[in-house]
Amino acid sequence: MSAAPPPLTDAAALPAVPSGAGVWSALNSELWIKRALILLACLWLLVGVVLPVAQLAGKSLQDAQGGFVGLTNFVHYFKTPALSNSLVNSLGVAAATTLAAVVLGFVYAYALTRSRIPGRGLFRGIAMVPLFAPTLLNGIALIYLFGRKGLITLGFFGTLPGVDIGVYGPVGIIISEAMYAFPQAVLILSIALGMTDARMYEASASLGAGRLRTFFTVTLPGIKYGLLSAVFVCFTLAFTDFGAPKVVGGSYNILATDIYKQVIGQQNFTMGAVVSIVLLIPTVLAFAVDRIVQRRQLAMIAAKSVPLHPRPHRVRDLCLFGFCTLVAAGILGFYATAAFASLVKVWPYNLDLGFWHYHFGGTGGGGYAAFWNSLRMSAYSAAAGTAITFASAYLIEKSRGLQRLRRTAYFLSILPLALPGLVIGLAYIFFFNPTAWEFFGLRVPNPFSFLYGTMAILVVSNIVHFYTVSFLTATTALKQLDSEFETVSASMGVPFYKTFSRVTVPVCLPAILEIGMYYFVNSMATVSAVIFLYSADLPLASVAVANMDDAGDTAPAAAMSVLIVAANVAVRCLYTGLTRNIKRRSQAWASV
Amino acid sequence: MDSFAEQTPYLEVQSLSKQFGTFPALQQVSFNSRRGEFICVLGPSGCGKTTLLRIVAGLESQSSGSVRIEGRNVSGLPVSKRNVGIVFQSYALFPNLSAAQNIAYGLKQHRSQRQQTRQRVAELLELVGLAGMGSKYPAQLSGGQQQRVALARAMALSPGLLLLDEPLSALDAQVRAMLRTEIRQLQQRLGVTTLMVTHDQEEALTMADRILVMEKGALVQNGTPLEVYDRPATPFVAAFIGSMNFLSDAVKESDAVYRVGGCRLMVAGENGSRPLAVGGKATIAIRPEDIMIWADRREVPNTVLTQVQQLEYRGPLFRVALKLQGCAEKAAVIEADVPSEKIRRLNINPAMTLPVQLPSDRLRVYGA
Repeated sequence: MSAAPPPLTDAAALPAVPSGAGVWSALNSELWIKRALILLACLWLLVGVVLPVAQLAGKSLQDAQGGFVGLTNFVHYFKTPALSNSLVNSLGVAAATTLAAVVLGFVYAYALTRSRIPGRGLFRGIAMVPLFAPTLLNGIALIYLFGRKGLITLGFFGTLPGVDIGVYGPVGIIISEAMYAFPQAVLILSIALGMTDARMYEASASLGAGRLRTFFTVTLPGIKYGLLSAVFVCFTLAFTDFGAPKVVGGSYNILATDIYKQVIGQQNFTMGAVVSIVLLIPTVLAFAVDRIVQRRQLAMIAAKSVPLHPRPHRVRDLCLFGFCTLVAAGILGFYATAAFASLVKVWPYNLDLGFWHYHFGGTGGGGYAAFWNSLRMSAYSAAAGTAITFASAYLIEKSRGLQRLRRTAYFLSILPLALPGLVIGLAYIFFFNPTAWEFFGLRVPNPFSFLYGTMAILVVSNIVHFYTVSFLTATTALKQLDSEFETVSASMGVPFYKTFSRVTVPVCLPAILEIGMYYFVNSMATVSAVIFLYSADLPLASVAVANMDDAGDTAPAAAMSVLIVAANVAVRCLYTGLTRNIKRRSQAWASV
Repeated sequence: MDSFAEQTPYLEVQSLSKQFGTFPALQQVSFNSRRGEFICVLGPSGCGKTTLLRIVAGLESQSSGSVRIEGRNVSGLPVSKRNVGIVFQSYALFPNLSAAQNIAYGLKQHRSQRQQTRQRVAELLELVGLAGMGSKYPAQLSGGQQQRVALARAMALSPGLLLLDEPLSALDAQVRAMLRTEIRQLQQRLGVTTLMVTHDQEEALTMADRILVMEKGALVQNGTPLEVYDRPATPFVAAFIGSMNFLSDAVKESDAVYRVGGCRLMVAGENGSRPLAVGGKATIAIRPEDIMIWADRREVPNTVLTQVQQLEYRGPLFRVALKLQGCAEKAAVIEADVPSEKIRRLNINPAMTLPVQLPSDRLRVYGA
C-alpha cells in the first residue's frame, strides 16, 4: 500500500503528519497533563496520609530519645495493666455501642423503609440530628440528664423521684456513642433495606412462607452486607471517638482518652504513638473487612430490582410508629436538654433563662474568636476539600489507561477512612512539627514544617480526616455519567478540562454540594484531630468546648456546642436551598 | 474509477492485533475501504469488533499493525487528530446541554464565528430531520431523536470517517428499522466512509456495502451482504448469519459428488472453503429456505426422503423439521422454511413422509 501514489484530492486540507517522538509528546499532551495530575493526587495523599502515619508507626518503635527499640514499648504497654486495661475497656464499650446502635438503627430503618407509618420524612430527619453535633455535646447533654445534678437524677428538679444511673464511666460512654453511631446505622440499613427486590417477597408469599419465615429467609439475607457494614462502621466510630469519653468517661480509661492524656497530660509522645497503633489495628481490620463486604454488596445490586411498596399493616405500623416516636423524642429531648441548660442561669438552682453563658466571659477556650476560627476553618476545608476530592475522583474514575497509577491513587484515597482523628492529629505532630526528620542518623530538612500551627494544617487534617466518604460520594456520582463523554469530546478535539467544566461539574453539582456540606459540618464538629494541632492564637470552637468542660464550665461548653450545631444546621439549610434551586433549574434535563 | 482518489483505499487497516494480557482480542485483522463505503463489522459479543472500532478511532492502541486514513499513517495518533466522528451505543449526549449545544460542542466557539456555528447547527439539525428541535434537552427527546442528535454531533466537524458502535441496539424494533434506512440514506448523501459495529445480522445485511464477519478476534469473511449470506466462508459465518442446516460425515466420492449416509448428493461447483481430495470428509450445508418441496414425487436429482416431525408456525411461513430417512446414519433432522400457502395446499402434516430436494447449486461444502 505504501507504494500507492499519494491521494490528490482533499489530502491537502489535512495536516501533514510529522514523524518521530515529537508527535507523541505534542499530541498526547493531554495524557501527560492527566498523568501529572494523578501523580499529584498520589503525592498529596502520600504527604497527607502515608508519610505521617509511617512516622507515627516509626515513633512507636523508638524510645524517648529516638533510638530504635523494636517492640519494647508494646511489651511495656501490655505488661502494664493500667495501660492495657484500656484496650479491653475500649473493645467492650465499642461492642456494646455497636449492639445498641445497630439494633435500634435496624428497627428504625425498617420502620422508615418497610412500613406505612406517617411522618417518615420527619423521623428520618430527626435521626440525622446527632450528625450535626460534636460528640462532646453528647457527653454534656448526658451530664445534664443523668449527671449528679441531672434532670432525671434530680427527678425533674424534685417533681418526681430521681434515679441515678451512674453515668460517669462505661454507661455514659455507651449512651453517648450509641447516639453518635445511630444515624450512621440508620443510613446504612435504610439503603440496604430499600434495595431489596419486591419480587423476592412476592415469590416468598406465593410459595406460602409466613411473615417470620420470609423475614429470616428474604429480609435478613438481603441486607446481610448492609448489616455487616453497619456493624463495622458503628464499631469504628465508638472505638475511636474521643469527645464523649472525654466528658463522661470519668476515671474509666479507654484508648482514645489515653492517647490524649499521654500526649497532652504527660507529654509522653512515644507512649501516645504506641496507644495510637493499638487503636489503629482493630480499626484497620474493621476497615479491611468492610471494604470486602462492600464489594460483595455492589455485586449483589447489579441486577435491576423492583422497588418494594410496603402495604399497610395496623399492628406492625402502630408498634413501629410508637418505637420511632420514642426514639425521635429521645434524640430531640437529649439535645433540647443541652440547649436548655445552656440558657439556664445557674443549673439547677436558678432556672432563669437568658444568654449569660453565650458571652464566654471569664472562661477559657477563646469564645467567639474560636467560633469564628472554626467557621473559617470549616469553610476552607469545604472549599479546598471539595475541589481536591472531586478533581482526584474525576481523574481516577474518568481517565483511560494509567491503570497502575489510578489503582494506587484509589487505594490511597480509601485509606483515610481507617484513620481515627486522634491518630491523624498525633501523626501530624510528628510529621509537621520538626524542622528536620531524622532517619538512621540522617537529617532531612522538613519542607512542610512551616505549616505547623497554622490554619493550613488544620484544613489539611480535616480534608484527610473526611476524605474517603467524600471521595466515594464523588466517585458514585461520576460513575453515573456516561463513560464515553470523555471519548466523544476527544473525538471532537475538545480537551478534557473543558468537558470537565462544561459537563461533568454541572451534572455532578448536587454531589459536589453534598461533599462541601459534609466537609463543613464535620470540620465544625470534630475535635479529635484538631485538638493536637490547634495553636493558642488559633483557638477552635470544638476544642473550646473540650477545654471549658475540662475547667468545669459546663454551661458555656454547652452554649458553644449549641452554636456549632446552629452553624451546621444553617449550612444544612443552605445546602437544601441550593439543591432545590439546582433541581428546579435542571428540571429540563435531569432524568427523574 | 479514473482518479487516484477513487483507487486508493480511504481506510487501510493492516495486520491489526490487540492483546489484553494473554487474551488476543484482535488477530491480524486487515481490510481496506473505498471512500464513501459503508462497512459493517459483524460478529457475536466478545469477537473483537468493538476493539477494532476503538483502535481505528484511536481510543485504544493496537499491539501491532497499522491504520491509514487517506494514505496517512494514523496508527500513533490520538482520536482528536484522526478526523473521525463517533456515535456510541449510549449516544453519550451531554444531558445538561441542549440538542443544539450538543451538536455545536466540537465547533469553534469564538464570538466571531457565532453566526457560522449557529448556521452549521441549523443545517445539521435539518439534515437529521430535527429542524426546530435544537433547544430540547436529550431527556426531552425520544430514543430515535437522541440517536439523530448523536449522529448530527458526530458529523458536525465533517469527519472523513464515521464510526458507529452499535448505534441502534438501544432502540425498539420499529424505530430501529426506520433509522436503518435513514442512516444509510444520510451516509450515501454525505458520502462519508462509515464503519459500523453491530451484532445484528439484519442491520448488517440491509445497510452495508460490505460486511466484515469476525470470530474470536479474527476476520473470517470480508464480502458484500450477498456474498456473505450466499457463500459463507466458514460454518461459523453460515450459522451466525441466517440459519443453516449442516449434514456432517459427508464423504467426497468424486468431483462434485458427495455421499451422506445412504444418499448421494450432487454439488454444483466446489462451493467449499478449500478443495477436498476424493475420500475426504466434509460437512454439507443448506439454508432452510433453499430446501424444495414438490407436490408430486418426481425424479429430480438430490431428492431425499424425509419424515415431517414438527411444524412451527411463523406467520408467512412454517419452519418444518424434517427427519432424513436412510440418508444419514444418525437420525439427522434438517429444517426447511416453507411458505404457509404451500403447507396448506400440499396439506403437509406431522408424521407424513415427504420427499424434498436439496438443489445442487444451493449446497455448500465445508471440509471437516
